[in-house]
Amino acid sequence: MELFNLGIRSIFIDNMVFAYFLGMCSFLAVSKKVSTALGLGAAVIFVLTVTVPVNWLLNEYVLKEGALTWVTADLASVDLTFLRFIMFIAIIAAMVQLVEMVVEKFAPALYGALGIFLPLIAVNCAILGGSLFMAQRDYTLAESAVYGFGSGTGFFLAIVALAAIREKLKYSAVPNGLKGLGITMLLTGLMGIAFMSFMGIDL
Amino acid sequence: MSTETVEKAIEKKPAEALLSKRRKRLISDPLVDDNPITIQVLGICSALAVTTQMKPTLVMAISVIFVMVMSNLVISLMRNTIPSRVRIIVQLAVVASLVTLVNEVLKAFAFDMYKELSVFVGLIITNCIVMGRLEAFALGNKPYDSVLDGFGSALGYSWIILTVAFFRELWGSGSVFGLPIFDYVSSIFGPDFKLATNGLMVSPVGAFVILGLIIWVQRTKTGYVEH
Repeated sequence: MELFNLGIRSIFIDNMVFAYFLGMCSFLAVSKKVSTALGLGAAVIFVLTVTVPVNWLLNEYVLKEGALTWVTADLASVDLTFLRFIMFIAIIAAMVQLVEMVVEKFAPALYGALGIFLPLIAVNCAILGGSLFMAQRDYTLAESAVYGFGSGTGFFLAIVALAAIREKLKYSAVPNGLKGLGITMLLTGLMGIAFMSFMGIDL
Repeated sequence: MSTETVEKAIEKKPAEALLSKRRKRLISDPLVDDNPITIQVLGICSALAVTTQMKPTLVMAISVIFVMVMSNLVISLMRNTIPSRVRIIVQLAVVASLVTLVNEVLKAFAFDMYKELSVFVGLIITNCIVMGRLEAFALGNKPYDSVLDGFGSALGYSWIILTVAFFRELWGSGSVFGLPIFDYVSSIFGPDFKLATNGLMVSPVGAFVILGLIIWVQRTKTGYVEH
């Protein structure tokens, strides 16, 4: 039940986009068409679900203070926390490379559509943010897997919803200066207000 | 014969002025006409979350300026030795090392600030402006130019997030840099007068709306239209 609550919480209440502004770059740039947004959202869910638990293992057995005691007891005082950024980003880059190869092999159309944004998932703040939040909040392995999946799903929902709105927006007369980025920011704000209504849920 | 041509080639290229017109443009372009946030749509991620107050925003801006200038310098120095296939990893490693440095310095000398910024210092690594400038500029230009370019882009980024933070702190908490402006103003007009703060400005929604409006104003001024 705890895990279920965490999942709901990370999808709706602590939504990556609306509560923490993570993954905004690709959120704004790839949300022009629903089909590409679906592809990117799915890729983000997958990468987050894989990288957060893997980074949990890394953090628990290599980086934390005293984490290396499983090698020998002498290493109990070793604290490698300062290596966290580099190690996390290395794992993420490797995983993204893997996803890229799989997508290129099995879904070339999606690969073409995602274009440069697939390798850029590696520098998507939502991915690194997920791992950093996991380390900061001391999740367990199961919790981190649920958290990774949940926050990925939250991003998926947000980007697909925005893409759907922007497709309709093409037929509206938007003032010149607001076209594109400006109106999208305001829209995101309004969607954020909608998502704020979930805050009342007591989990 | 051959030595002569070499000498001539060297003579032909007089050293460019330290701040020539072209180099000034490297700094001034990203401020308005080619602003990384409002025109290029880069680096919005890690910026907005810290903009509820001016102070953390200033620290964030300084950190980003440091990371961008240094990473542009390092990558530019290494640009001829980096194989293009592994360049992303090399860039990430350089940026991550610099960010770790900033993080450790903050932890040592400004622990409160370190706690307040929490994961968002780490997220400078994935700030698209840093990677974007490394890819687009530092990989193909000389170190000094790259430093100027990084400085310009980071300044363009900084003034936008500082503006967002100014309005969010003023309307959300009624203060600027922690100075309670709203209380002063209220006390001038007597006990019955009270300026109310808007809670929406403290929440993420305020940041989206303020940034949207800034973009509107800025693009109307420059006449930039997105299609």
